[in-house]
Amino acid sequence: MILTPIRSRGAPPRDGTALPGALLALTLLLAGCAGTQPQPEPQTVGTGLPPPLSATPSVAGPVRTEPARPTYRGPWEDPASPLYHHTIYFDYDSTEIRPQYLDVIRTHSAYLGMTKGQRVTLEGNTDERGTREYNLALGDRRAESVRQLMLAEGITADQLATLSYGEEKPADPGHSETAWRLNRRVIIHY
Amino acid sequence: MTTGRLTTLIAVLFGAALSVLGLPAQARLTIEVTGGVEAAQPIAIVPFGVSTSLITKDDVAGIISADLVRTRKFRALPTRDMMAMPSSAVEVDLRDWSLLNINSLVIGMVEQEGNGYRVSYNLFDVFGGKEIASGNLSTTAGGLRLTAHRIADQVFEKLTGQPGVAATRIAYITSNGRGNSQTVTLRVADADGTNPQTIVSSNDPIMSPVWSPDGHRLAYVSFENRRAAIYIQDLASGRRDLVASYPGINGSPAFSPDGQRLALTLSKDGNANIYVLNLQTNELTQVTDHFAIDTEPAWSPDGTQLIFTSDRGGSPQIYRMAATGGLAERISAEGDYNARASYSPDGKSVTMVSRVNGQFRIAVLDLERGLTKVLSQGELDESPSFAPNGSMVIYATIQDGRGVLATATVDGGGSQRLSQDAGEVREPAWSPMMK
Repeated sequence: MILTPIRSRGAPPRDGTALPGALLALTLLLAGCAGTQPQPEPQTVGTGLPPPLSATPSVAGPVRTEPARPTYRGPWEDPASPLYHHTIYFDYDSTEIRPQYLDVIRTHSAYLGMTKGQRVTLEGNTDERGTREYNLALGDRRAESVRQLMLAEGITADQLATLSYGEEKPADPGHSETAWRLNRRVIIHY
Repeated sequence: MTTGRLTTLIAVLFGAALSVLGLPAQARLTIEVTGGVEAAQPIAIVPFGVSTSLITKDDVAGIISADLVRTRKFRALPTRDMMAMPSSAVEVDLRDWSLLNINSLVIGMVEQEGNGYRVSYNLFDVFGGKEIASGNLSTTAGGLRLTAHRIADQVFEKLTGQPGVAATRIAYITSNGRGNSQTVTLRVADADGTNPQTIVSSNDPIMSPVWSPDGHRLAYVSFENRRAAIYIQDLASGRRDLVASYPGINGSPAFSPDGQRLALTLSKDGNANIYVLNLQTNELTQVTDHFAIDTEPAWSPDGTQLIFTSDRGGSPQIYRMAATGGLAERISAEGDYNARASYSPDGKSVTMVSRVNGQFRIAVLDLERGLTKVLSQGELDESPSFAPNGSMVIYATIQDGRGVLATATVDGGGSQRLSQDAGEVREPAWSPMMK
């Protein structure tokens, strides 16, 4: 799968920097293992593992040697997987995706593009400033920003649901700038 | 009592993570009165006489006294300063009370009547030298507190000309714990913070409780099972109905004054707009259609208009339009953040959250004169709700890092704080008058 240019509202222009190695590895790996879609230049890395597990570019860990382990629901739970990073943070009162999070969204888009049966919920959250119902709408807009970007990446709409919690599910319950920064977020929830 | 059976039934229906209904709650609200009371009138409420066979745990006079003091319009003479303790009109010598500069005197009796009580009271104008009101109220044993609140309301109305709100209730959200071990509870307590009852409890967020105009039902937003949904729950039976669970936002429920319709916010068609759901026919009508955020609808007391929050002008502000939709006019003039407005009972003003110098405060906007008055001093004050007589606003604030409730009188005469012994309290909603 080749990453396509972003054409969504709220997305800042690509900054032109190189793809991180992990993302590149994931992209190539998925391309090589999927098998059902013709790829222009397939390059396998030779793990031979099924796609959801092969998304981890590191060497085999305990999780991957015990794929039936019930606590392991997918590679997004593996700290070594690029899918492990699944939170996009926002500026105050903003619904724009900051450039540094484009790669997170593309990584998950790439995975979802290769795993058509997989659905995710984009959970929008805000900090506590402002009214609760207005923040519910702001969180909804943040989730929608991420959804539009993923749709532009070629993900089908039926793979994506959004759910805004507004300020009701803070990552940090504090009343400080530090807490607020952690709470303004969209979680890609598998 | 059918409480046990209903709880079981609903727990089966909705899963163990959620329990619905009137279970007594251990955590109670305590009230702390703050601010000066210089303008308060002196009143004496003499401990009520009780027939000897009675053992009542509620001190009727104490409840009446606390209710009147909380209005900020009265200060009560301490019992120890009383020179006489009459409990019937013939025992009263008003000279005793004029010497103490007391304007008004309340005396009364509690007598056994069947399995319950009969409570009588007399109200005297001390300097006028005469009785100006009296009453007899029958109650069950469990209704004695409510009866005391009703007497306080009758005394308050006689002396001020304004209905009292002691016999009303407050709905609010509490939360304990964090993350997956979080418990969020919707509760209802008496206006003095006593008698808290759990309405619904969940490990997922619950928000935006509002009363039906008859005071019998609450609408609220719940995120149980990772879905946003609006429910309407009957308080007496615990039975509840799912009224909205669309993709996206299901928020901001608001009953129309006739109780027949529910305004709400949905984003099922892409962004937050306001809809009106007819609760009889289930017909859903979209009333705003704008690419901006439109949310937090509230009805005018006559039911013809809706006010709501919109950022269509670049920042959140309050707009007003016909309840059937159409053109909206902006009504908040000052500041860069005005949101969550609701009308006073007389429709002449609205209370809202306003950002003032970067701090979120409770304000009242006088719609006739266009003046805004800030009522609170916190940094993150929110969720204002008028008392049903329009005299006070209850709201949520943060004290020492913890969510508590507070009230402020609309004329600026003082405030009080309601905190729970554990956990956070937020989103108060003052009930309508209870009949």
